[in-house]
Amino acid sequence: MATLESFRPRLRDRAALGGVVPPVSLLLVAGAAGLLVGSLRSEVFAQLTVQGLALGAVYGGLALALVLVYRATHVVNFAQGELAMATTYVAYQLIHWGLSYWEAFFATLAIAFVLGLVLEVALVRPVQHRSVIAAVIVTVGLFILIDGVVNWIWGGDFKYMQSPFGTKVYSVGGVSIARLYPGMLGVVVISVLLVWALFRFTKLGLGMRAAALRPAESALVGVRVDWMLAIGWGLAAVLGAVAGLMAEPSQFVLEPTLMQPILVYAFAAAVLGGLDSPAGAVVGGLAIGVSLNLVVQYVPSISSELQAPFAFAVLVAVLLLKPSGLFGHREVRRV
Amino acid sequence: MTALLELEDVEARYGPVHALHGISLAVEEGSIVAVLGPNGAGKTTTLRAVSGTVRRSGRIVFAGRQLDRLGPDAVARLGIAHVPEGRGTFAELTVWENLRLGGYTRRGSIQPELERVFSYFPWLADRRRQQAGTLSGGEQQMLALARAFVHRPRLLLLDEPSLGLAPVLVAELFRIVRELNEREGLTVLVVEQNAHLALQAAQSGYVLEAGRVALSGTSAELRADDSVRRSYLGY
Ligand SMILES: Nc1ncnc2c1ncn2[C@@H]1O[C@H](COP(=O)(O)OP(=O)(O)O)[C@@H](O)[C@H]1O
Ligand SMILES: [Mg+2]
Repeated sequence: MATLESFRPRLRDRAALGGVVPPVSLLLVAGAAGLLVGSLRSEVFAQLTVQGLALGAVYGGLALALVLVYRATHVVNFAQGELAMATTYVAYQLIHWGLSYWEAFFATLAIAFVLGLVLEVALVRPVQHRSVIAAVIVTVGLFILIDGVVNWIWGGDFKYMQSPFGTKVYSVGGVSIARLYPGMLGVVVISVLLVWALFRFTKLGLGMRAAALRPAESALVGVRVDWMLAIGWGLAAVLGAVAGLMAEPSQFVLEPTLMQPILVYAFAAAVLGGLDSPAGAVVGGLAIGVSLNLVVQYVPSISSELQAPFAFAVLVAVLLLKPSGLFGHREVRRV
Repeated sequence: MTALLELEDVEARYGPVHALHGISLAVEEGSIVAVLGPNGAGKTTTLRAVSGTVRRSGRIVFAGRQLDRLGPDAVARLGIAHVPEGRGTFAELTVWENLRLGGYTRRGSIQPELERVFSYFPWLADRRRQQAGTLSGGEQQMLALARAFVHRPRLLLLDEPSLGLAPVLVAELFRIVRELNEREGLTVLVVEQNAHLALQAAQSGYVLEAGRVALSGTSAELRADDSVRRSYLGY
């Protein structure tokens, strides 16, 4: 993703400023060190950290989906979470029809890709060039539409899926950790890395980045810009599906509101990372996941009901204090 | 010789603004053709009509194919590279990625094209990991040209390549374009403010005024024309 390459020259800029801006990497290293020390000292802290990272990966996955869509079409897709929820129901249905969990998992990703692509072509593209607000209204409408369709097909009651990672509990240095959490973390991280490699190392990925950055110039070199943007939506839907499928076992039930709080956390993560930064979205997701978990445990006045408002407060604070987020992109000036 | 590109009564508009009022011109295969004219005459728009980045009507034929209904990506795939005014460099991407995008329409490895381009622009090879936006203006203009060469087009559309460049670089740039034309038979349609240079490189030219062809002829004819001398050559 473009941010990773553009990061290096920016670091050089910062060095030139005499280190006035504290490097984000230092902040991250300090955070990681804090988590490690805390985990070594307290078993509860360690468990909350691992669980927080797993949930954070889910938030980061959905945040990355938001960022991909934003970069491709400059639309904030309010329906991203509902789309993820709907595809999780698709997996539920496929398992119900006799597929194994992982067969259903991969089939769902393929279905999600097509769904994201079709939605972009059919609903977003026609209004995209009219106005930003038109596109936003379409995604809000899509939210309501998907919610309605899922309730109509599957009903609003709880559904149960088998856990993809079983119920095994590991013991790491005396700390018991359910296999679920490293499993969630692993699946999301692998998905994110695959998407990253696609963008970074393939011609298609380069075409997608170029189309998102400079559509007019991309068309001049022969890139099919419309297709690239639609594929961007397809990939975002795939990442959303991964997030939904990994969120489900952490909530233990499947219901139509599965992704609604997670969408708030994902927005907070995306804004914290910088809305146009893929790496930022993932790091932001992990940071939000861990801090929500720890804050609820260790800050007495914030109970778990206040998690979503807390995430929202982070979102507003970032928008006020550093609108470009941790990794946000500053325009590279043309000489 | 047959015309590789032919425009017949081409009109173009930007919303209500009528920019071209029926342009006809022909570019012979293997030639360099210059487009001259004052600011706002429609030079840029003429190139954009060919590459499909403006709404146009009329007949545009390239190598026997009608272009006037194709979008820019389809035109590019037919073998036309357009280096737009203001270069169109992907500033956020690396030099290598910019070159890779130039070869986007080519199948398979672009390594031979890259080596060919590096033989014309040796300094680019050392800068391939550099972000294109950090190059100087002149370097970016060269990169835009190099990117178009990786495409290995049959027709190159160049819009004011000398804009904002130091005279040495302008001369270097035109030298490379002529070399490609002579060695590889590259056909070029070039818009240029510097009529001296343009007519030196080109075999023939067109002078546009207010969206129409005011004058056309071989470079020698144009150089000898009084109005061209007064307006564009300054003597
Ligand atoms: N994007 C645009 N929107 C509206 N009018 C434009 C635009 N680009 C060019 N024009 C108009 O079209 C005419 C031709 O412009 P252009 O082709 O850029 O001229 P040139 O390249 O010869 O300077 C001018 O009158 C200009 O004002
Ligand atoms: Mg112009």
